[in-house]
Amino acid sequence: MTRVLRSIILVLFALALSTNLLKASEELAVADTVSPKKFNTGELIFDHIRDSYEWHVTTIAHTHIGIPLPVILYSQNSGFHVFMSSNFHHGTEEFNGFKIAAEGKYAKKVVEVLADGSEVRPWDFSITKNVVSLFVSVFLLLVIFLSVAKRYREKYDEAPKGLQGWIEPVLLFVRDDIAKPSIGNEKYEKYLPYLLTIFFFILINNILGLVPIFPGGANLTGNITVTLVLALFTFVITSLSGSRNYWVHMVNDPEIPLWLKFPVPLMPIVEIMGVFIKPFVLTIRLFANITAGHIVALGFYSLIFIFAEKSYFAAYGISVISITFTVFMSVLELLVAFIQAYVFTLLSALYIGLALEKHESHA
Amino acid sequence: MGLVMPDFGLFFWMLVTFSLLLWILKRFAWGPILKALSDRENLIVESLKSAENAKEEMKRLQSGNEKILREAVLEREKIVKEARDLKESIIRDARHEAGIEANKVLENARVTIERERVAAISDIKSLIANFSVEIAAKILEEKLADESRQKELVQNYIDKINLN
Repeated sequence: MTRVLRSIILVLFALALSTNLLKASEELAVADTVSPKKFNTGELIFDHIRDSYEWHVTTIAHTHIGIPLPVILYSQNSGFHVFMSSNFHHGTEEFNGFKIAAEGKYAKKVVEVLADGSEVRPWDFSITKNVVSLFVSVFLLLVIFLSVAKRYREKYDEAPKGLQGWIEPVLLFVRDDIAKPSIGNEKYEKYLPYLLTIFFFILINNILGLVPIFPGGANLTGNITVTLVLALFTFVITSLSGSRNYWVHMVNDPEIPLWLKFPVPLMPIVEIMGVFIKPFVLTIRLFANITAGHIVALGFYSLIFIFAEKSYFAAYGISVISITFTVFMSVLELLVAFIQAYVFTLLSALYIGLALEKHESHA
Repeated sequence: MGLVMPDFGLFFWMLVTFSLLLWILKRFAWGPILKALSDRENLIVESLKSAENAKEEMKRLQSGNEKILREAVLEREKIVKEARDLKESIIRDARHEAGIEANKVLENARVTIERERVAAISDIKSLIANFSVEIAAKILEEKLADESRQKELVQNYIDKINLN
């Protein structure tokens, strides 16, 4: 039912831009008679920000338009299974003993239904909406940067042109304002490729997340798994490049009074926790910022439908406000897209810089 | 809760894809791009430096030119002076040579004249001797008759002989 309502979102969005309000309102009235179920804002929003086994594009009346994606499973009971998610018929049917759980611990995930009726979760390597979005963004990144690199290789002594002109200032910003001050002029070159990769990866996915139609619209950088992997990369690089001084100071910082280290090793515990808190914070910050942006934008849209349940006129009235706010939010989110990419990269660079720090710089 | 629980499948794909992306971009994009950027920066720094150097060189060349010009003027003056000196010395030498030559000619003339004079004198002497003999003969012829007369005549002649 929410899909029906989401199609109405699209219709209304078009309405806001067209002057043919009267005719459309009749259509809307018709649409409403077939969807008497109450509008559920939470479900709409969560459907959007959650990963899914098919890429739902839109629903017009009762026809779903979506791209089925491959489901790849390894079950301890029945081995490997590869099939298209369209076999589930949007989660309504079972297939080969697998189904999408409607509720419970594994809600909206593929589970295997055992003979006794219990549900177990198999190893799930499915190419979900987020995985496709990941591939799309990686493809875009490769196309952009390999073509830019080609031009740099051919004509490095000329002024930047076209795409190169867009990339170069950002690239120089990451190099001169993030990497150099955080890591130091001698060692930054080793870490610059990683910093540039995370910066542009996060940026392009943040922006793709703001594009409402396929291939954008997936909430990739607002997915905790993705931000966790990015933070793990920073964590591993930080830990591997940690100087002796970094580890020594962690367990026994000579500047901290003895009573804080012995007999209860209070500061060492705090310091060691800090090592793990840093990537955790990176994970949460990016995830929360991007997800929150999506939730707020969708919340404003939902206002229209909440009011529509009371009165159509109220819905029309509120739609003006909703759309204004959503446009405003989108612009704000565009800013956030850059800021979060910047913050993640800057913090990663700072953590690496801290790990590399020699004793002298403490003074 | 589903929202904050990491998902295994996505974790796997993200790890693999991001690692590949990092490797490919590092190898084929960041490497060449960053190298090109630093190359370009070096090129600009070097170009500015070489422009500065060229300016310095130009200045040096200019001052060098002036020095050369000054030297050329001095050189010219020196050459002109030398030429003048040479001319004067040639004239002087020529004059000197001519004097010597003239003296030589005069000397020769003098020697010749002397020789001729001596020869003439000896000729005259021999002539006088002959005359004397002839006179003597004549006197002898004329005066031999008259003794006194002879004597007078001889005396007369002898008086007349003048050895100018």
